[in-house]
Amino acid sequence: MDILPIFSTLRRHKITALLLVLEIALTCAIVCNAVFLISQRLQRTEMASGVAEHELLQVQVANIGKPANGKSRAQEDLALLRQVPGVTAAALVNQVPFTNSSSNTSIKLDPAQKLPTLNATMYMGEGLIASFGARLVAGRDFTADEYLDYDDMRSNPELQNKVGSVVITQALGERLWPGQSALGRNIYMGDTSVRVIGVVQSLIRPSLFMGDDAAQWTMVFPLRLSAASASRYVLRTAPDQRQQVLSEAAKVLRKADPHRIVLKKDTLDDIRGAFFQNDRAMAGILVGVIAALLIVTALGIVGLASFWVAQRRRTIGVRRALGATRRNILNYFQTENFLLATIGIVLGMVLAYGINLFLMTRYELPRLPGMYFPMGAIALWLIGQLAVLGPALRAAAVPPVVATRSV
Amino acid sequence: MFGYYLDLALRSLKRNKVLTALMVLAIGLGIGASMTMITVLHVMTNDPLPGRSATLFTPHLDPLPLDYKHRSDGPDPTDNLTWPDAMALLEAHLATRQAAMAGGSLLVRPARADVRPFRVDGRYATADIFAMFGISFEHGQGWSAADDASRTHVVVLGETLDRKLFGNSGGIGQVVRLGEHDFRVIGVTADWQPQPMFHADLSAQSFGDADQFFLPLTAAVDLKLPTNGNQSGWGKDDAADSMTSANMSWLQFWVQLQSPGQVQAYRQFLLDYSAQQKALGRFQRPPTEAKLYSLMGWLAHRNLVPTDVRLQLWLALGFLFVCIVNIMALLLAKFLRRSGEISVRRALGARRRDIFLQLGIESAMVGVAGGLSGLLIAQLGLWSVRHRPDDYAQLAQMDTSMLLGTFALAVAASLLAGLLPTWRACRVPPALQLKAL
Repeated sequence: MDILPIFSTLRRHKITALLLVLEIALTCAIVCNAVFLISQRLQRTEMASGVAEHELLQVQVANIGKPANGKSRAQEDLALLRQVPGVTAAALVNQVPFTNSSSNTSIKLDPAQKLPTLNATMYMGEGLIASFGARLVAGRDFTADEYLDYDDMRSNPELQNKVGSVVITQALGERLWPGQSALGRNIYMGDTSVRVIGVVQSLIRPSLFMGDDAAQWTMVFPLRLSAASASRYVLRTAPDQRQQVLSEAAKVLRKADPHRIVLKKDTLDDIRGAFFQNDRAMAGILVGVIAALLIVTALGIVGLASFWVAQRRRTIGVRRALGATRRNILNYFQTENFLLATIGIVLGMVLAYGINLFLMTRYELPRLPGMYFPMGAIALWLIGQLAVLGPALRAAAVPPVVATRSV
Repeated sequence: MFGYYLDLALRSLKRNKVLTALMVLAIGLGIGASMTMITVLHVMTNDPLPGRSATLFTPHLDPLPLDYKHRSDGPDPTDNLTWPDAMALLEAHLATRQAAMAGGSLLVRPARADVRPFRVDGRYATADIFAMFGISFEHGQGWSAADDASRTHVVVLGETLDRKLFGNSGGIGQVVRLGEHDFRVIGVTADWQPQPMFHADLSAQSFGDADQFFLPLTAAVDLKLPTNGNQSGWGKDDAADSMTSANMSWLQFWVQLQSPGQVQAYRQFLLDYSAQQKALGRFQRPPTEAKLYSLMGWLAHRNLVPTDVRLQLWLALGFLFVCIVNIMALLLAKFLRRSGEISVRRALGARRRDIFLQLGIESAMVGVAGGLSGLLIAQLGLWSVRHRPDDYAQLAQMDTSMLLGTFALAVAASLLAGLLPTWRACRVPPALQLKAL
């Protein structure tokens, strides 16, 4: 296929060809970055929580007035909840993954350290690790006699030193002591210190306000909560019994103490869904933008190619009369489109890189991986070829006799 | 001549209906997407109190110790004031009006048996808040500075809450139980819902429901009612009463200043106050850290627009640009194909201006049709935004200025798209084309 005649033809349509190249370049650049953004968003929604998500339920209550005997109230509630048919575990906890409400603290590795090492979240509640279904990878869970009453500690800060032990996530251990075992090491918070006795594979913090990198900086403390200091009951059950357990549990809690209201009752799957709602919505919008862009570009190519075919009817007729086959004509338009698309794609890559740099500085996005460039190129080549096919076939169908007709 | 050109343009557009529809749709999609996002941005950066915002200012002090290291990912403690500082500014009485405030969420226990207890959001504030923000009363009135001083248990209800609790008879003089305490209702305000909620703490919802109650801040501190904003502490706090601690910031503070002179004087006062506190050893940072933000300046400083929304705006504008380039190419091809026709007109005496007008009208028609479809698409887009879960979603409505803006954008976009093709077509040399015919 001879490329030179194509170039000399395009030279006669410089501005139009340039505009098409520009359009392809812009589309290519935006599509590359948009696909990358989508993959980022979807990856985020896949974030591991480390808990048995499909089995967990949360019932949150609010007391009307302070409950007089919070400790016994909590124990009684838990006993009642464990009796609900289908419940395999129940715990009263201070926070639950994906609820956006968390208590956090700064920790140090050395009490003499001036600035804290990092900020980690604090889970507490008797039997939390087992109820959540977090997987221990080293050390052990707390024993029953290790638990202290949180309410006692609140009224008597001296007791803080008695807590003594903590379970952390693998990610936090790796961050604090890279390449070494976290077991048996000390973490300092304010004036108190705790020793790591167990490591769980993962346990996500309830809110990601510190960014996704800090998502797994989690500690679990052996503290028993009371109905006065915590409001979140977590239940575990078989996935197909969740709805029925949820409504039953709410009923039981309301009946056990009429002086409270059930604020929320949700499955953890729903809570997670709501947590990542924005990411999914954004991914959806991006898919829409990509589709619209590609359609507009494809239709633009169709329109332009149709014009050119109509304009060159006579020349095509002359070529056909001089012996060019239908295939030659078809190839001509396909090659022309391929050339324009290639120039556009090369330009688009540079632009895509530029947009990525802009997004990196403005929105703290990672660098665009190299594999997105060939993907964008192939997508645009394909679309260009598909779009030009119709007009090119029409051109190939021009009969040689057109050459002999005037106008 | 204009009517004739209109007719010519219509004929030309009709000749290739598919292409015309494509151009109109492309520009419509681009305009629609852009206007949806511009409207969202517009409502998010709206003036919450038109006519009053220019006189409202919020002072900020920096009581943090020198070695305090602010984490870039956490809230800034100096966004709020500490209790002693707020009280000092209040007592200085240098502004026309001034009020300290904080948001709170309380459980309401209705006396009526058929209404279950529920939570409402409201505000703890000092007496001036009503007059300063122009919150209008349906019944009764606010409390006085004397009530502030004596920590009276009174409450002003929002209209919605009042109706919910007391029906049509109104609750003035009645007692309402909030949390674990009784408050006497002394006033009912019309629902006051500035958007964004400029006066709320940064970590609270910026685009939310109206405040449903107001009660004296002093009473709230007295009763240790829970607040729902950010409380940042530093140094050793006296755990006994953290709300009045000098080492914890949690209060929002607003002043009304009528003239530039007054603003200047207040700014100087803040500097002097900071210098005085530094001399006393309480502040460690230079007094120049004290700032006085105007209402709109404060909103800009808080940067309420989520990055996702900005990203979506960029996307939409990028899309519009691609659409414009697309239409430019199509119009150019279309006009150049008519080189013969144009040359004949030119040979028969038409000036370049005439050709320009003729083709200009044709591209303008595409633009107007595109603008109209863009308006429809934008309405559709805004409708879908309103169904998003975000707190700003329900505000996404187009007002008159946005409506006109859409049209201006459509006309500008299509002019831009039509200009180059029209100009290029005017420059077709007639002689050459005529020979080719």
